[in-house]
Amino acid sequence: MTDALLAGELPLPPRPDYLRHGSTIASWLTTTDHKRIAILYAVTITFFFFLGGAAITAVRLELFQPNGWFLTSDSYNKLFSFHGIVMVWFFLVPSIPNTLGNFLLPLMIGAPDVAFPRLNLFSWYLTLAAGALTVYALLAGGVDTGWTFYTPYSSMFSNTHVFAAAAGVFVVGFASIATGVNFIATTHMLRAPGMTWFRLPLFVWAIYATSLIMVLATPVLAISLLLVIAERWLGLPIFDPSRGGDPVLFQHLFWFYSHPAVYIMVLPAMGVVSEIIPCFARRRIFGYDFMVYAMLAISGIGFFVWGHHMFVSGQSALASLVFSFLSFIIAVPSAIKVFNWTASLYRGQISFESPMLYALGFVGLFTTGGLSGLFLASIPVDIHVTDTYFVVAHFHYIMVGGSVSAFFAGLHFWWPKATGKLYPESWAKFAAILMYSGFNMTFLPQFFAGYLGMPRRYHTYPAEFQIYNVMSSAGAAVLAVAYLLPLGYLTWSLFYGGRAGNNPWEATGLEWTTTSPPPPKNFDWQPRVDREPYDYHAEGLSAGTDRPEVQNVREIQ
Amino acid sequence: MNSSFSLPEATTHAVTVDHIFYLLLVLSGATVVLVFGLILLFAVRYRRGSSAKRGPMPELLSHEFEIGWTLATLLTFAFLFWWVSSADLSSLAAPVGALEIHVVAKQWMWKTQHSNGAREINALHVPINQPVHLLMSSQDVIHSFFVPAFRVKKDVLPGRDTDIWFQATETGVFSLLCAEYCGTNHSMMRGKIIVMRQEDYAKWLVQQPEGDDLAHEGAKLFVAQGCSGCHAGSSNVHAPRLDGLYGRAVQLSDGRTVKADDAYLRDSILEPKRDVVAGYEPIMPSFKGILDDGEIQSLTAYIRSLAQEKQND
Repeated sequence: MTDALLAGELPLPPRPDYLRHGSTIASWLTTTDHKRIAILYAVTITFFFFLGGAAITAVRLELFQPNGWFLTSDSYNKLFSFHGIVMVWFFLVPSIPNTLGNFLLPLMIGAPDVAFPRLNLFSWYLTLAAGALTVYALLAGGVDTGWTFYTPYSSMFSNTHVFAAAAGVFVVGFASIATGVNFIATTHMLRAPGMTWFRLPLFVWAIYATSLIMVLATPVLAISLLLVIAERWLGLPIFDPSRGGDPVLFQHLFWFYSHPAVYIMVLPAMGVVSEIIPCFARRRIFGYDFMVYAMLAISGIGFFVWGHHMFVSGQSALASLVFSFLSFIIAVPSAIKVFNWTASLYRGQISFESPMLYALGFVGLFTTGGLSGLFLASIPVDIHVTDTYFVVAHFHYIMVGGSVSAFFAGLHFWWPKATGKLYPESWAKFAAILMYSGFNMTFLPQFFAGYLGMPRRYHTYPAEFQIYNVMSSAGAAVLAVAYLLPLGYLTWSLFYGGRAGNNPWEATGLEWTTTSPPPPKNFDWQPRVDREPYDYHAEGLSAGTDRPEVQNVREIQ
Repeated sequence: MNSSFSLPEATTHAVTVDHIFYLLLVLSGATVVLVFGLILLFAVRYRRGSSAKRGPMPELLSHEFEIGWTLATLLTFAFLFWWVSSADLSSLAAPVGALEIHVVAKQWMWKTQHSNGAREINALHVPINQPVHLLMSSQDVIHSFFVPAFRVKKDVLPGRDTDIWFQATETGVFSLLCAEYCGTNHSMMRGKIIVMRQEDYAKWLVQQPEGDDLAHEGAKLFVAQGCSGCHAGSSNVHAPRLDGLYGRAVQLSDGRTVKADDAYLRDSILEPKRDVVAGYEPIMPSFKGILDDGEIQSLTAYIRSLAQEKQND
């Protein structure tokens, strides 16, 4: 007899898990279950990831030759623009928050669902509608403004489908805002008894900080794109200098969103890694409260560094200095996080399953990317390398090396929980190592090319840069294989994978106390929390090999 | 062909930038070695089941420890900012007496014009060891003037002048690239900067086809476009005199004071109602759409020359 029965509670009737709760297409398309919406998002962003990947494959193939060999300049420009737009707004921004975040946030705080389940579904439909607009822009002939839509090129000169693409991004922004509002309300209102703010897993803090940025910054993106549309379509003079407008105004508005957006992409990644490293090192995270403050600091200061994208734009020297200073300051919390992850390994009992390999890959690539950020915060160096491949390498290290590695880390870590299946571990390890190598092969040469002066968005380029482009393109081939592998073995595991237990990694955290996959309302009993997260060992001690006690006191039997 | 593995330091500024770059490189390298080294060390030493000591955590790893490394990072970054930015500040303004050259960017070419009126396309000849000050504007979208060997870059904007200066220290031919995406042939918008010995430059300059210098061209426009009808000393229309105006502070009718620089003159020609000089009526028509960027540069050069004449008197 279990404790629950002894306590006088009736045994629960058998119930299907959330995946088997309804099997019709309609049951998926009208679901308000956050876990199913997470799956819908996962399918959607996977589609866009490979769409954006296909575009950049053509670009990298073209760059084998300094003068091109199979694309026209117009096609080349449209392909890199499409790659950027799709990867930023239809993959990176929704990637971790809308899949892992949607799936895990209620589970981690012991809630049955998010605060506004129907808004959650609506935000997915908005993403679909926005995606359709953007794909339409591609099929109708493409857009060639780059993902940055700089005026007056986008508003007065480009002859491509700027309207459809900008409208797509405008709409997907509302999906972001809806998700952000939803997650903020969920975190505030639906925490289980005993789940105080400083008992929240760092992933929840990360999603919370991200949501704040989504809600506060995305409206400004919507405004700037609306202004582009207004000038293009209605002829209102906003950015046209010959009618009293200012083309640089757009850059201020755009980067006021788009710099914080970098943190929308990387904060959730930090959250994922902060869950995985303690689990596989069997250690409490080092400096939990500093990790929380660091994330909040990043999301706050992140709003005041946009001008470092504009050191050569003609903004005043004073503005450049202030933005440069703040850009150095925002590197501090990021550095703290790297130190804390490293310190969390000290005296651990470290094992190297695939999620841990991806997570350590994240720390390495994020550190490299972050350090290259110091060069860009330094005005004289930035003036030389901005708008070159140095910048391309820098933000790919953060957004692909960092965020995408963390996305795969999280995907592998919570895959057994979400699907109830185990994937072939050796394939997963192989893919993790291949991804790390392929990534560095692709983007490390770009730092050199950029420093030597190769501008970005160049269809043809001076011959002296060919060696770096050939290295990059070869690396990209390796990277492409590494991205396709998980698609193969994870899909395979859905059909042939072994059954996953409730807690295959012996992790703490409420999500591991329910079944794999969880039931529709997540928990059979109301969870109660009586301890801090990452309780892998007693305070003041170092790692042991015992199974940790679970947080949910109601599950102790 | 330029080298694939090194970039010349062809200006005084390039040396400064590279110093900063190498310091950052050393610092980043040290951090990478530290972080990757520790991760590797811990990964091996504390692999699951190893016999390395675990037990109670040392007292040292406390809150104070964390505060310590936070402050250390903060101070390092603050120092870096100070050091890097002071180098930048000293190179902000072009030295007095720099050779002035005008640059007009358009999809997809660079047009340059020397002080004596000589014009070039996608090329720019400059003398060595002499500060060169470029005044740039764009006829269409935003471009960016980028010379990797000089470590200089500046966006070239429509409707506004930007400037940049350098002092070349090496003769030779260096790439000029457009660094801000500007449409279909962005990547073809390239040119050459040819740095010559000073006597060669002087020789080259006189061999160029006779072009009126900018100020002369401006003087002709000043009459042809009817500016002189009001602004000439003999006119009986109540309009501000332009002699000695350039570089002076101007009192505006709304109480503000602005400096009469290139940007102000340009604005006053294109948007005369915006900054009306105190004591005058806003009667001047706009010349937007009538004058192109090159002509505005000529007029500005003419007005500037009026100020110099006055000084010389």
